Amino acid sequence: MTANAIEAHGLVKIFGRQRAVDGVDLTVPAGSIFGILGPNGAGKTTTLRMLLGILDPDEGTRTLLGTDHPLDVARRVGYLPEERGLYPSMKAYDAIAFMGALRGLPLAEGRRRGRAMLEEHGLGKAADKEVRTLSKGMAQTVQLLGTLVHDPELIVLDEPFSGLDALNQAKLERMIRAQAARGVTVIFSTHVIAHAERLCERIAIIAGGKVPFAGSVSQARDRLRPQVRLETRALDGPWRAALPADAVPEGHFWHFTLPETGVEPLLRALIEGEAGILSLSIERPGLHDAFVAIAGADAARQLEEDQQQESADA
Amino acid sequence: MPELLRASWVIARRDFAAIIFSKAFFFFLLGPIFPLAIGIAAGSIGGQVARDIDRSSFALVMAGADSAAMLQARTALAEQLGEQRVPVLVAVETDDPESVIASGRDTRYLGVLTGNLANPRLIGTQAEIDRWQGPLELLIERARQGEGAAPVRIATRIVTESSGSVEQGRLMTAQVGQALLVLLTMLLAGMVLSNLVEEKTNKIIEILAAAVPIDAIFLGKLFAMLGMAMIGITCWAALAVSAILLAASGLPALPTPAIGWPAFLALGIAYFAMAYLLLGSLFLGIGAMATTVREVQTLSMPVTMGQLIFFFLASFSVTRLGEPIELFAAIFPFSSPFAMLARAAQQDVLWQHLVALGWQAFWVLVLIRFGARLFRRNVLKSGGGKRGLIASMFTRG
Repeated sequence: MTANAIEAHGLVKIFGRQRAVDGVDLTVPAGSIFGILGPNGAGKTTTLRMLLGILDPDEGTRTLLGTDHPLDVARRVGYLPEERGLYPSMKAYDAIAFMGALRGLPLAEGRRRGRAMLEEHGLGKAADKEVRTLSKGMAQTVQLLGTLVHDPELIVLDEPFSGLDALNQAKLERMIRAQAARGVTVIFSTHVIAHAERLCERIAIIAGGKVPFAGSVSQARDRLRPQVRLETRALDGPWRAALPADAVPEGHFWHFTLPETGVEPLLRALIEGEAGILSLSIERPGLHDAFVAIAGADAARQLEEDQQQESADA
Repeated sequence: MPELLRASWVIARRDFAAIIFSKAFFFFLLGPIFPLAIGIAAGSIGGQVARDIDRSSFALVMAGADSAAMLQARTALAEQLGEQRVPVLVAVETDDPESVIASGRDTRYLGVLTGNLANPRLIGTQAEIDRWQGPLELLIERARQGEGAAPVRIATRIVTESSGSVEQGRLMTAQVGQALLVLLTMLLAGMVLSNLVEEKTNKIIEILAAAVPIDAIFLGKLFAMLGMAMIGITCWAALAVSAILLAASGLPALPTPAIGWPAFLALGIAYFAMAYLLLGSLFLGIGAMATTVREVQTLSMPVTMGQLIFFFLASFSVTRLGEPIELFAAIFPFSSPFAMLARAAQQDVLWQHLVALGWQAFWVLVLIRFGARLFRRNVLKSGGGKRGLIASMFTRG
């Protein structure tokens, strides 16, 4: 296995006059869970399609499991596209087997595994039903199982949580973690920050076809300084001069960014100035705050709208 | 290449099973029965009409002896020349012959033959006189000779074939074979047009495109459709042969083709496969550009017209063996299978068919490759960088 499951440098894709993807660099370490986070239309799907070889990049290079011809390693890759699709007249277990067969798994073995996987996920009774008769959630599960049936080393999921209810989202999160625990690399795109924050070791934030940040979730959060929440008994006094310039009062509370010098000098000044410290908490910024800071307010607003839209659709 | 074939096999197997085990396939098999039934019905009605029209005849207004001689002569000539070639005469007694065919009368005579044998007179329209004057004069001539004039009989000796009859016979075999090939290809290859619509409608195309080369998708789909077509043809052929044998009329005897029946039939199957794959790969490429069933339907008409052009080219050249137009039809990929089958009926040269099949197979691969590139570029929007469409045909992926 190569050290990096995916490497991409300067990927560009132009549709008409629009640069849908504009110089994307990505490195996905093997065995990690990697999230591509961004609002709809940011270039997530186009990037994934280029990585998988469905689209050829107009500029830039990419390697997938060590090759620059992604179809050469198709047997080692599983892919769940954003737009789910199955042959409606196929039986559930056969649909799983067919997706495995496309990636080199013998049909008979695929059928055997398909039945077993459906059973394992509580869909044993649906195995012999035609896809057209399944509920949307069941059909999505069938497609996901078809993505995994051939035991891929790399799983690429495009908006996998989209359209799932909370229960199935939790199930999918468990499934992703289980795959990662087996050493499988999982890369998924999402516009829901919470999924990326809960699951991913590393993320890439994408907006307007560019990747302004790629690294660990922790590194993203470290882009912002922690926020301090101070409660004092006294409302005024010489100690106020020790507070940072961005300190905002709210009754007996003060909110401000942790100074670069740390909290100790500030505490000393507050104690000496008899501010009467009732409480002090330091909050590390969440990924959402980091996203706003990195991608900009417009991208963050769109991300929130996408999430609200999806909640309404669900 | 093995991976391409493996992937094609996966696609072909899925498509083939989906078609064969669908209810629609049953109706597909029944398909040719409908035009056949319509043909029989139309033929029956047409025959009835023709018989009705044939009853139209000439009124014979002559004195008793002349009239009897004319009728006797008519019977004798009809035996010699055939019923259709001699006008029917109906003896009519009237003092006003012209009134027999006057408009408004409830009779259907084409004209009136009156006067006597020495001085006959024909009343009718210009068209009917032009058409029937000769045969009626022949009848009168025969009637004048009376019963004593025995018809001349030529002694015959039958040989199995003559140079002229062999050539004519093989030409007929060529034409029949070619027409059958064109008909089957026209009927079946057009179905390939809509073959990628299901994948696009159900959004499966992305799963396929991420797992296997587009060339494999095209190849697999084509061979699945070819397999279905072959099953259909086998069923229809078996049904036709059974019907003919049941009717106890025996199989229609076409003259033996120059290359012999076994080789001709084998070549017929091979050329059908090639014609199907050639037209099918073209149609698949065109149909893949369509995004909806409606668009596919719109494309059907020009595609059918295109097929007719290939048919006209091939059938025009069938009687011009060795001439430039026939050579062009044999070389031009889309008419080549039809022209070469006609050659098989008329020339006893096998190697040219092996060359032709290889040439046609080459074009099938070129067309599949081209269609796949076009699909990647226009439907998947995968431009392949700054490479042109033709240049991209020679690259991987």
